[in-house]
Amino acid sequence: MASWGRPEDSRLIGKRVQRLSGADKVTGKAKYTFDINRPGMLYGHILRSPVAHATITHIDLSEAESLPGVKAAIPLIEPGKRVRFEGQEIAAVAAITDDIAREALRFIQFDYDELDYVVEMEDAKEAGAPQIRDDWKGNQSETQVDERGDIEAGFAEAAVEVEATYHTPVQTHVCLETHGHVAEWEGDNLTVWASTQAVFGTRQNLAQHFELPENQVRVITEHMGGGFGSKFGPGVEGVAAAKLARQAGAPVKLMLTRKDEHLASGNRPSMTQKVRAGAAQDGRFVAYDMSGYGTGGIGSGADFTGPYVYHVPNYRTEKSAVAINAGSARAMRAPGHPQGAFAMDSLMDELAEQLGMDPLEFRRINSDSDPRRNKIRQAEYTLGAQEIGWHRRNRVSGSGTGPKKRGIGMGCGLWGGGGWAGTQARVTIHPSGVVEAVTGTQDIGTGIRTVIAIIVAEELGLRPEDITVKIGDTAPGLSAYGSGGSQTIGSVAPVIKTAAMAAKRKLFGHIAPLVEADPGNLRAVGGRIRSESDLRMSIPWKEATGYLGMETISEGGEWDENLRVGDTAGVQFAEVEVDTETGLVKVIKIVAIQDCGLVVNRLTTESQINGAVIMGLGYALLEERIMDDQTGKMINANLGDYKVPGAMDIPEIKSIAYDTDRKITGIGEPPTIPTAGAIANAVYNAIGVRIRELPITPDKVLNALG
Amino acid sequence: MENFAYVNAAEVEQVPSLLGDDWNETKIIAGGTDLLGELKEYIETPKKVVNLKSIPGLNEIKADAAGLTIGALVTLSDIAAHPTIQHHYTVLAEAAESVASPQIRNAGTLGGNLCQRPRCWYYRSPDIICLKKGGDTCYAVEGLNKYHAIFGGGPVYIVHPSDTAPALIALGATVKIVGPNGERAMPLEDFFVLPDVNPQRENVLEPNEVLTEVHVPQPKAGTKSTYLKVRERASFDFALSSVAAHFEMNGGTCSKASIVLGGVAPIPWRSKEAEAALNGKRITDAVAKQAGEAAVANAEPMTDNGYKVPLTRNIISRATMSLA
Ligand SMILES: Cc1cc2nc3c(=O)[nH]c(=O)nc-3n(C[C@@H](O)[C@@H](O)[C@H](O)COP(=O)(O)OP(=O)(O)OC[C@H]3O[C@@H](n4cnc5c(N)ncnc54)[C@H](O)[C@@H]3O)c2cc1C
Ligand code: SF4
Repeated sequence: MASWGRPEDSRLIGKRVQRLSGADKVTGKAKYTFDINRPGMLYGHILRSPVAHATITHIDLSEAESLPGVKAAIPLIEPGKRVRFEGQEIAAVAAITDDIAREALRFIQFDYDELDYVVEMEDAKEAGAPQIRDDWKGNQSETQVDERGDIEAGFAEAAVEVEATYHTPVQTHVCLETHGHVAEWEGDNLTVWASTQAVFGTRQNLAQHFELPENQVRVITEHMGGGFGSKFGPGVEGVAAAKLARQAGAPVKLMLTRKDEHLASGNRPSMTQKVRAGAAQDGRFVAYDMSGYGTGGIGSGADFTGPYVYHVPNYRTEKSAVAINAGSARAMRAPGHPQGAFAMDSLMDELAEQLGMDPLEFRRINSDSDPRRNKIRQAEYTLGAQEIGWHRRNRVSGSGTGPKKRGIGMGCGLWGGGGWAGTQARVTIHPSGVVEAVTGTQDIGTGIRTVIAIIVAEELGLRPEDITVKIGDTAPGLSAYGSGGSQTIGSVAPVIKTAAMAAKRKLFGHIAPLVEADPGNLRAVGGRIRSESDLRMSIPWKEATGYLGMETISEGGEWDENLRVGDTAGVQFAEVEVDTETGLVKVIKIVAIQDCGLVVNRLTTESQINGAVIMGLGYALLEERIMDDQTGKMINANLGDYKVPGAMDIPEIKSIAYDTDRKITGIGEPPTIPTAGAIANAVYNAIGVRIRELPITPDKVLNALG
Repeated sequence: MENFAYVNAAEVEQVPSLLGDDWNETKIIAGGTDLLGELKEYIETPKKVVNLKSIPGLNEIKADAAGLTIGALVTLSDIAAHPTIQHHYTVLAEAAESVASPQIRNAGTLGGNLCQRPRCWYYRSPDIICLKKGGDTCYAVEGLNKYHAIFGGGPVYIVHPSDTAPALIALGATVKIVGPNGERAMPLEDFFVLPDVNPQRENVLEPNEVLTEVHVPQPKAGTKSTYLKVRERASFDFALSSVAAHFEMNGGTCSKASIVLGGVAPIPWRSKEAEAALNGKRITDAVAKQAGEAAVANAEPMTDNGYKVPLTRNIISRATMSLA
């Protein structure tokens, strides 16, 4: 049975290792899809619906096609079909420059019959609202009911009750690199550089679409500028790029604009939930009755978590989704969790206050039904309370003096992230000493490339930079999952580890007779191969691999379940300062403690936590898709009016990558879950007025303060 | 954006004839930080763009006993970093520093800042033709008006986005304008026009006129000033509300107050009420409060921007106390 060994024996695992691609990224050498330029390449753009709901009656591409410089034009919807949101694709063009392609969109003639639209959830639920989905009756999905225990008995036992309604907005992914592809045909072979979280998924999708065998499609993602769940397939734009390229007989780069990105490449659904909950005098959380819904635009799902993290024996929940004429939701960093966590952690504080109990104490009593997570969580509570200085919290919320009031709050999250069986990988040792690790995963910015190098280097006694990591390419045919669900490291690392072990075993077996040693006594350390039993036997790595002569060692690996673990617990604490005269909330500090199982690279793990906290902070204080009822449009589809945090908005973040095991787990998503709840609770602690709707902007704070 | 001819102006006198007399035909470009956004979004589709940066001498700051003369092409970063401005015209340095982000301040000019177009999200949406763009509806009235005007609105309800304008008005600045018939000068306060005068423009400029220079008289000894701006996002954002305060002081007494507000009206909004509450008064908490209250007594909030009333009241008081 493979294991990651003891901490004291690890040279690299758990240490801080610079990202292998770091220098390339900061010097601009790293080529993202946006940077790929092919000989004779054209530029593509997509014409999108300017209205929220209409039947397309006619599309005429001829005028656009005849514009000098335009090389291809294709429709993306058939006349007679409906467009159901502003931004839905109508047609695409490719031209010799980006500007000509954009300009050509204005020469596409299209007619449509406008239909009534609805962009507010409450209006969409009304009888007689315009029907958005053909597969639903009305605009609300069937209600999912979940029940446990005896809710009435629970409320009968309750000494205090809270009734509240919580809202979260639609958040868009705002990937720094927008969605896009460069597509190039060579006969019936298609090569696509894609900004994707899934090279193999994209290959499969394109192969199906163009009815090609999969080995005639190659997808490459060398570097990638963020996906957060929105980039698992080629999408309409990827297929359009390939179609345009085929029509034009030239490579086509088609990258979405920022506006396209906001309108049509996914989002986190909103949530509105009404909850009634009760706690017993001794602090037990005994009853939870929640009904809620959210909108995923024209998409079908808008699920969110609840009850969440904390144990409640009696509950009843009703959840549904409401369709509106807006771009569809997609998976977004911990789908469903940040919504649910904000509501749950707000509720926990409200209940604790009714009981006159410290909210941390209340959480301790009701913490997590999963025993592994509970143990970790209790330790995280203690550590986090110390780090933030929980004792400084206002005993009576809002009791601080002066116009600027400080407050402290907390929130929790949980996640899976243990990975899956099925990743294919090889570790190859060449006679020259070169070591290659190859697999079909992709580095979406999380640092998996460096993690792979660390694991192989640790096993072979080399440095991470000695390992050539080849990922983000379907050509070697070693398939891997899309990078989602925080499952990447848990899926990839065990296979890489066992492949490296197998390659090392083979190398030792090969050279042992030549150096007159027992293979079981050989060790790979410090760039050398040594014998445990014969201290004189110590040769440099390259001399050892030289003994391979013409032979190359290349070994696959197995997904060893014992090398990974799922079900992680995270806790965050926030300190804020609320300016009661301006309504501004300034976050002073976030302490983010994330159960990480075994930390492989502490540096990039902390980066993940930092990034997730910043995203959570944007969700708490700034971000919101705003739909205009009068026009059916998203009125803030840019980065001026859709506000993401910038450097000056980011507080001190104490990211604690908390080693809880010698097994690996993924944490790309979980640290974004608790942030908004922690900030909202801190705001309450500061001002003594509860804001139950995100984002917590100055207008809401001032209105609440009255 | 649509194709256009690009013309480098060689001297100021040439600009009016290069511009011609149709707003839709020709646009001036200075730093381009506002204009390029409009062109890319097809908000403006001029046939010709006249570059001012090719004109020598418009990017100088002169500070002497008569005051401050700032060319239209001086960048916001140069203003924010200028020691004399920081020291004697503090409100202007602080206002310039509060604009946007460092990159935009490095490119954006003072002339462009004063002449920039509104940020109303309906105006900035390419396919919404509102009153300001020659349509017949102001969508903000029935729509999403969180960022709109609480003073001076109607028939359009934009807020003037400039941060330097309130500061310069508080300082009593005048502007120089060159047109086909030569030069004219006027107080900056008179440069801006309310929408009931002209819903489609924000100032008195004719299509063939260019703003060339801003002059600020030397403040009297003992003057104090400050700019206080509240924005949702700290890193870069327009004002939800801002106040430029400039006080001539006589000991602890304010002999003459200038209070000009940003982000709350279609033009930089001088609050005569706040000034009256301050003039001749010793600055105390109570007086500062009264000034704030007086300023917002006649505010006319819309559905989503009522918060701007307490916000504006509070920052006037806070700015006042910071100068006490
Ligand atoms: C992301 C972002 C954030 C911003 N934040 C702020 C902010 O917080 N506060 C703020 O005040 N501004 C802000 N701005 C607006 C910013 O564009 C201006 O502050 C800048 O000063 C404009 O100067 P410019 O030289 O780039 O103008 P340009 O873009 O060149 O011109 C702006 C307009 O003025 C006209 N014009 C320019 N010069 C003259 C002249 N001399 N005579 C007559 N007309 C002229 C042009 O025709 C054009 O219509 C922001 C802009 C962006 C893009
Ligand atoms: S406020 Fe002005 S710019 Fe905005 S919608 Fe009304 S008329 Fe148009």
